[in-house]
Parts: sequence; structure tokens; C-alpha cells
Amino acid sequence: MSALKIKKGATSHSAYNLRPTFSDVVERHTLAVLVENEPGVLARVIGLFSGRGYNIDSLTVAEVDHTGHLSRITIVTSGTPQVIEQIKAQLGRIVSVHDVHDLTVEGASVERELAMFKVTGTGDKRVEALRLADIFRASVVDSTLESFVFEITGAPDKIDAFADLMRPLGLTDVARTGVAALSRGE
Amino acid sequence: MIVQALIDQGVDTVFGYPGGAVLPIYDEIHQQNAIRHILVRHEQGAVHAAEGYARSTGKPGVVIVTSGPGATNAVTGLTDALMDSIPIIVLTGQVPTFMIGSDAFQEADTVGITRPCTKHNWLVKETDALSGVLHEAFHVATQGRPGPVLVDIPKDVQFATGTYNAPKPSVSHYQPKVKGDMEEITELVAAMEKAKKPIFYTGGGVINSGPAASQLLRELVKATGFPITSTLMGLGCYPASGENWLGMLGMHGLYQANMAMHDCDLMINIGARFDDRITGRIDAFSPKSTKAHIDIDPSSINKVIKTDIPIVGDVGHVLEDILKVWKSRGRKTNSEALAKWWAQIEKWKAIDCLKFKQTGKTIKPQHALVRLEELTKQHDRYICTEVGQHQMWAAQYLGFEDPNRWMTSGGLGTMGYGFPASIGVQMAHPDALVINVAGEASWLMNMQEMGTAVQYRLPVKQFILNNERLGMVRQWQELLHGERYSQSWSEALPDFVKLAEAFRAKGIICSDPADLDDAIMEMINHDGPVIFDCLVEKHENCFPMIPSGKAHNEMLLGEAQTQGVIDSKGSVLV
Repeated sequence: MSALKIKKGATSHSAYNLRPTFSDVVERHTLAVLVENEPGVLARVIGLFSGRGYNIDSLTVAEVDHTGHLSRITIVTSGTPQVIEQIKAQLGRIVSVHDVHDLTVEGASVERELAMFKVTGTGDKRVEALRLADIFRASVVDSTLESFVFEITGAPDKIDAFADLMRPLGLTDVARTGVAALSRGE
Repeated sequence: MIVQALIDQGVDTVFGYPGGAVLPIYDEIHQQNAIRHILVRHEQGAVHAAEGYARSTGKPGVVIVTSGPGATNAVTGLTDALMDSIPIIVLTGQVPTFMIGSDAFQEADTVGITRPCTKHNWLVKETDALSGVLHEAFHVATQGRPGPVLVDIPKDVQFATGTYNAPKPSVSHYQPKVKGDMEEITELVAAMEKAKKPIFYTGGGVINSGPAASQLLRELVKATGFPITSTLMGLGCYPASGENWLGMLGMHGLYQANMAMHDCDLMINIGARFDDRITGRIDAFSPKSTKAHIDIDPSSINKVIKTDIPIVGDVGHVLEDILKVWKSRGRKTNSEALAKWWAQIEKWKAIDCLKFKQTGKTIKPQHALVRLEELTKQHDRYICTEVGQHQMWAAQYLGFEDPNRWMTSGGLGTMGYGFPASIGVQMAHPDALVINVAGEASWLMNMQEMGTAVQYRLPVKQFILNNERLGMVRQWQELLHGERYSQSWSEALPDFVKLAEAFRAKGIICSDPADLDDAIMEMINHDGPVIFDCLVEKHENCFPMIPSGKAHNEMLLGEAQTQGVIDSKGSVLV
């Protein structure tokens, strides 16, 4: 079963619980879930999270292998180590799920998110927004005399930081894609 | 095509109810003799009957119902089968594909509604895909941890002709692991060799794994001499007459079983899932033990109780490997410590927690079951139950020697389960004595199935312990809610004898302990369905009991101790 492919944790006793005792510390994990691309599969995954009371911080989904009928769902979730292990095991037993990977514990990984920000304003604020966008390597994808739409790609905290800076400069709308993530190396 | 797929999957019996959206399937059923169709009186009954069939045979149960209300009525049965890991295949009709989403007559989003209460479900929109999906449905329902699946088939797909593919060795990516990890198994064997106070804690997984697993378990218990207890779901995997049997554990489990669980130093969980009815207060659950857990479902492990030795695999395969490893290492146990452990267990057993006194002119429910056990245990017997006090008493006072002989709604606790389940069991075992131990309130929930029992001449015995109360609700109200018995009595009950006669079946009423044996014999000897109205003591409570929020060693044994035992924190638990 796919959940069994999760790498062994720190304790020699258990393949599933990565901590020696049930801990109360809430951790944030990024899970990559490879699923059969069929109707209702996203509902199964989301239904699992709502039905069992787990958190979804971010979720992205798209087909990644057309011939193999596979989609990749990237879920950022948070919970105690025990809850995270439960989430992975519960995902693993969904029949349409082929594989579950916890990118947070299975070695290094890269996370990227795309976001668009609409910033309206004139004068100094407008100039400052453009200057900061340049520092953050955000590009302008739409412009009027009183507004910009910036496109920015990066790790979620970079996007958070950019949003914080834009807020006093006239940020009016935000659209974020949610996290896409891959493990590093082979 | 659907009927052909069922035949190719070895199906001989289906339970169902026709309707507009399944008429093409019913037309096919009409034109063949290989599959017997049992017409139930309500779709919930069909699913429970299929569960009874599945649990008593080990084969999957099959249900056919129509769209909309047919499907929604099946939801309780599906959830029940999911909670108890019973393999069921439900085929539902659906409005034609071009009408889906238009709020058509008898349309419901069946796959949407049943997604959380099935192991998996499918909506088949192309006829060519149908046979493949049906075979896959049987594969998913029966492999790994068994469970209910549902295939929703629009009416135009049923009418169309397409290519039929015979079942072939599975092409499914769903291939659960059945062999346990040898490293973990060796670790468990090492722990067993040293254990001073070991206990086997077994569950429904042993029964689901098949008769071979029960045989291996018996061999392992005999060879090691360890005590064994079981959950409600696992009764029969080890014989009640076996030397090492402690009885059922849990909320209404036996004193010795719960005390041994609390004090043990090695707990070997085989196919059970640390349900809250078993564990009681989690932080006080068996505090001193090393815990091993054998389960085919990785999500069961560490879900509730932290496990020291997790073994993911099928119980039968894992037990075989445990025996092999244990024998090859020289069949060692810590026999000196084991003798002390058994001496302690004997002291707990001596409390005799199930004792009761049958006095006076009113039948005690426990007495009724003791007599039922005595008079039926020699028979080829299958027992079903409804849910409530009678269910717990049946688990305590009846003895189960073999697996697949005990059908009860464990996880979901579905009142109304037992009667249709008994119909399914009787269909699978036409010559056996099938008894449904019931409470009057549970039984009324699916009493329409009397029609089914009479139509198919199924001699199911409905043994109703009638206390004119929702006994378990009443017991909790007595213990927890200041004896305010809100809505927990059965007003306006039918005359069960007349009710039986109205269905052209036999009714028996018994209220005097002196008449009980004769009345039970009359029930057994009658060749046909019987409703047995056993009028019992109205305010009897079910003991032993671990109150909510308490630990295993804080069990209540009888009336005297019950005042103010559940604190406010415990009272929010059910």
C-alpha cells in the first residue's frame, strides 16, 4: 500500500510514528499525493480532511501525467506528529490514491507558489510599489495610470513578505495559487 | 452484462428492491436462474441482510437498489458495513446520463452521498467500462481491509449494449500488503518470550482474515498458554469453551478481561482497533504494557493508542510467521511468571462478574439468555443481535465456538440491524438455527422484514427481550441524568403474537420463568419464522460496566456502586 512507502522515522520501533511519544507540538507539513485522475477524486481527499477534522493550509491540484491518468495534489497541512501520520495513512487507504509523500520529512524539497497582487495608488506610493516589486523580482503584468498587477513566484514566505510590504501601498486584491512542491535531487 | 459479471464473481444470492432506474437489471434477473434474488421490504434491510450473508459466509454480499430513495435508504447499511469492515457490493440505478444534474425524478447524487460511507464508489458512464468496474468493485470490497463499495449505473448504460470482459487476475493498482515485516515480527516474538503478563487482545480482523486465521490463533494461544480476550466483533475466533478464554473486554466486558488488559506487560492486539468502547480513558489505558498491533490497515496503527511494535499485514499471514519464528527460536515463554499471572487472573475470575439471581415471577434477561444458550448450544447455530442491553448480555452470556457465527452491529451500533441480518444468514445457511436476540425497540425499526422472512420461508427466530424500555438509554439516564427517563420507554407496543399471526408466522409470549424452557423449545422446533416475545424485568441494568471517562480498573460490578460514578467530564462521552 502506498502509505507504506513513507520512509521510516527516527525511532526503530515504528514506521509510522516519527516521534517517540505523542507530542502536542503542531507542525506544518507539505504532502504530495499522486492520485488517479478521475471524477470525484478531489472530493475524496477534501472530504477526508473535513470529515476527520484535519487542517488544509493550502491545496493545489492539476493533472501531471495524461497517459497515466495521474494528478498531483500538493497539500500543506498542520497538526501534531500523530495527526500528520494519521493524515498520511488515511490518504494512503483511499483507493484512488497511488502514492503519498511527506516532502517535509523525506529529505530536502523546494516549494513555490505563484501570486498576483493588484496595487492601486498614485504618486510616491506607486513609485515605491514598483521599486519593491523590482527587489522581489515581481513583474508587472497589467498596468493602468492608477494601478498595477504584479506577478510574483517564490516560496510562500517570500510572497507573504511581499504582501506585507504592498499592504500600506494600496494592495486591493490578491490571488494565490497555493503551493506546488517537489523533492530535491533525483 | 451486470448479471453475467455477478455470476462470474461467484454470486448466488442478491438482496434488493426494484424501481424505475434498475428495471433493465431486474429484467435480466427475471430471465435467468443462476442468481437468486431476495426481495426485501426496505432497502436498509437489503444491505443488512447482505451483511449477515457476508459475515456468516466470508463471501461478499450483493445488493441491488434503485436510484434516489433506494440509494439513500441504503446509506445506513453502507455506513454500518464500513465501520465493521464487511465486504458489500451495492449496485444502484441512476437516472440516464443525459439527465444527471437536472433534478430528475428519483435523482440523487448517489456517489456524492455515499463517498464517505463506502470504501470506494464508482459512477459508470460508459457501457464498455461497466464489466471492468464491477470486477474491480469485488476486488476492492474483499481485498485489504474489507468494506462496502457502490457502483452507480445510469439507466441508459444499463440499456446499451457493450463489450463484456470476464474477470481476470487483478489489473488494479489497489494491492494491499498482506505479509508482515519480519523484523517487527521477530521483535514481537522476543517480547513474547520475556513477557511476564502477556495478553492477546483480538478483534474482527481475525474473523475477516478467514477461518485459517482463527485456527492459527488457536494454535498460538495453546502453544504459548497466554490468556486471550476479544472485542465484540471478534467473538468466536477463539472458542468460548477454550482454556485460555477470559471473555469479552470493553465497556461491558468481563472483569477478568478488563483487569488483565489494565495490568498486562505485553498486549498483543490482533486485528482490533482500540475502539473507544474498548479503551475507556485513553491516558489510563493499560499504562504498564508494551503494545504490539497487527492490522492490515496502516491507518489503524497509532490512531488512538501509541504502538510499540506495529505490524501491518493480514492477520492470517502474520500469525503464521509469528508461529514459525517462535518455534524456530525454541518455543520459549516465561513459564514461571506466566503461572503467577494466571493465578492472578483466577482471582479476578473468582469475582464471577456475570452472576445474577433469578428469583420471583419475572424473567431476568440474563436468565433468558442462559436458558437460550443451554437449549441451543448443541445446534448448528448462528446468532444475530440488534443494539442495546440485549446485545451486551448476548455477548456476555452466549458462547461462541467458531468464527462467522456472531453477527452484530459493532462500530455503528445500528438498531434494526439484527432482523434483516438474520434473514441474510438464513439464506446462506438454510438448515441452520438462526436466532436474532433483540430488544423490542430495535426490532420494531426493521419489522417490515417479517414479510421477507415469511415469503421465503426463512425459519428465523426473533428472540425479543421485551422490557418495554430503551434499556441502554434508560440505564444511562439512571446513571447520568438523575433518573429522568426522557423518551426511553416503549409506549403503544404491538401484541407481538398477533403481529406474527398477521404475517402468517408463529408468535410465542413468555413471562413466567417456569415456562421459559418449554417456550424456547417450542420456538426451536417450529419450522418457520417465530417472534418470541420474552417479557423480562424492566429495570435490569447491564453490568459490568466501565463508565465513560474511566479506566479499565474502575469497572462497576453491580447496582450498589452506581451512584455518582460518572463525573461531568465523562458524561459528555457517549
